[in-house]
Amino acid sequence: MTETWWVSLIKAFIIINLVMVAFAYMTWVERKLLGRMQQRYGPNRAGPFGLLQPIADLVKLLRKEAFYPAAAIDKLYIAMPALAAFTALASFAVIPFGPGWEIHGYFVGGWVLDAPITLILLFALGSVGIYAFMVGGWASESKFSLLGSMRTCAQMVSYEVSLALSVLGVVLMGQSLSLVDIVHKQQDTLWFVGPQIVGFVIFFIAGIAETNRPPFDLPEAETELVAGYHTEYSGMRFGLFSTAEYINMITLSGVGVTLFLGGWDGPWGLGPLWFLLKLSAFLFVFIWLRATLPRLRYDQLMRFGWKVLLPVATINALITALLVVWI
Amino acid sequence: MPQPIETLRGFGVTFKQIFKKPLTQQYPEYKRPLYPRWRGRHRLHRHENGLEKCVGCSLCAAACPADCIRVVAEENTPNKRVSAGERYARIYEINMSRCIFCGYCELACPFDAITLGNEFEISEYSRDDLIYTKDMLLAEPIKRVPIADPAIYDTPVPYYQDHS
Repeated sequence: MTETWWVSLIKAFIIINLVMVAFAYMTWVERKLLGRMQQRYGPNRAGPFGLLQPIADLVKLLRKEAFYPAAAIDKLYIAMPALAAFTALASFAVIPFGPGWEIHGYFVGGWVLDAPITLILLFALGSVGIYAFMVGGWASESKFSLLGSMRTCAQMVSYEVSLALSVLGVVLMGQSLSLVDIVHKQQDTLWFVGPQIVGFVIFFIAGIAETNRPPFDLPEAETELVAGYHTEYSGMRFGLFSTAEYINMITLSGVGVTLFLGGWDGPWGLGPLWFLLKLSAFLFVFIWLRATLPRLRYDQLMRFGWKVLLPVATINALITALLVVWI
Repeated sequence: MPQPIETLRGFGVTFKQIFKKPLTQQYPEYKRPLYPRWRGRHRLHRHENGLEKCVGCSLCAAACPADCIRVVAEENTPNKRVSAGERYARIYEINMSRCIFCGYCELACPFDAITLGNEFEISEYSRDDLIYTKDMLLAEPIKRVPIADPAIYDTPVPYYQDHS
């Protein structure tokens, strides 16, 4: 079943706006939760319970002086935050959050894009996103930015390999590369988190490293590298990098939910609500990790990614393949 | 050495903290009581009969490490008698942006004319407004700040050592 083009367009518009709102209030949730975990209140001055804090931050970022270093390479420097935000938002288009519905004779799918290869599209967009961070840091023509972006790039590339391999087991069990088909398969049989628990753990850890979240956030650690690749960015350009980071986090959680936790699957219909609940659980664990764990040193990070995570992911894929063929 | 069990215990700690009450004291609604001898904004004092105690000797200006007090003295005429001595301070200004609130002026004054009170909410919007003139220093503090019970702190043996 396909949708008419204007239904897709309206849905894409609505979803982009919802994702941006979700990103803004994700920052609020993070600050409040981190505060509570550290026995303090989060922001509670801007509006009741600090609910207007993201809006205050947005206004601050928009009104900031958008200077840029004289030595920076103009077009690349300005384009990179936009590229980062673009790839992050575009990756969200393929995540299914509900079964399709029939409304007034038109089919409205629970996703913006369904193609036979959406999983590969996700990884491709993620790789283009790495370009944004790397070139952004390099185009700033500053030592801190360069080092930060090199570290970011190396980290993201290393963990992307493990990410893709961990997903391989799911693809073998789901017999398809399309996210929607994988969810349908999970509805029919069992959520893949059961048989693929190793894959799930690897996906999660590699995902934390992909999105530069603590404990893998050395590239943007304030005490190490000033601010890594986004040192020389100010105002809304920095806001766009921040957008990219959080939306990457939301997208990755969405992909994790879709691949391992059954997407919109749940009793009593209510597809999108279950999806949101599972997504919130993932995001809560992201914030929980940030509050609890200290940062990994860079060599520890790389060693872990190549020497531990990659072999385990490979073995997981191998064993899944063997079992799928023989059972 | 990786320690997975200890790490999971750490997760338990942060999770339990969500349900504990935060320790933050919300400032404008709750102001923590100051100690009675806490050094805040300066105050010039008067005698009972209305004459100012300050005679313009400028010992406070000499004692000030930050050199922020400006004293210009003037003779007391029989018609106009401001202070209880021979002279009075015609101009007495303290530059609050330079003052370090050390209290040396209070210690140096032989007439107990200047003391450091307890007021600390003295922010202004421009640097010029921070130069306090004699009238401003003579005036009562506008905003009251809570002060802790002096009995607890002014005893020879600190109160808290006997009473927990």
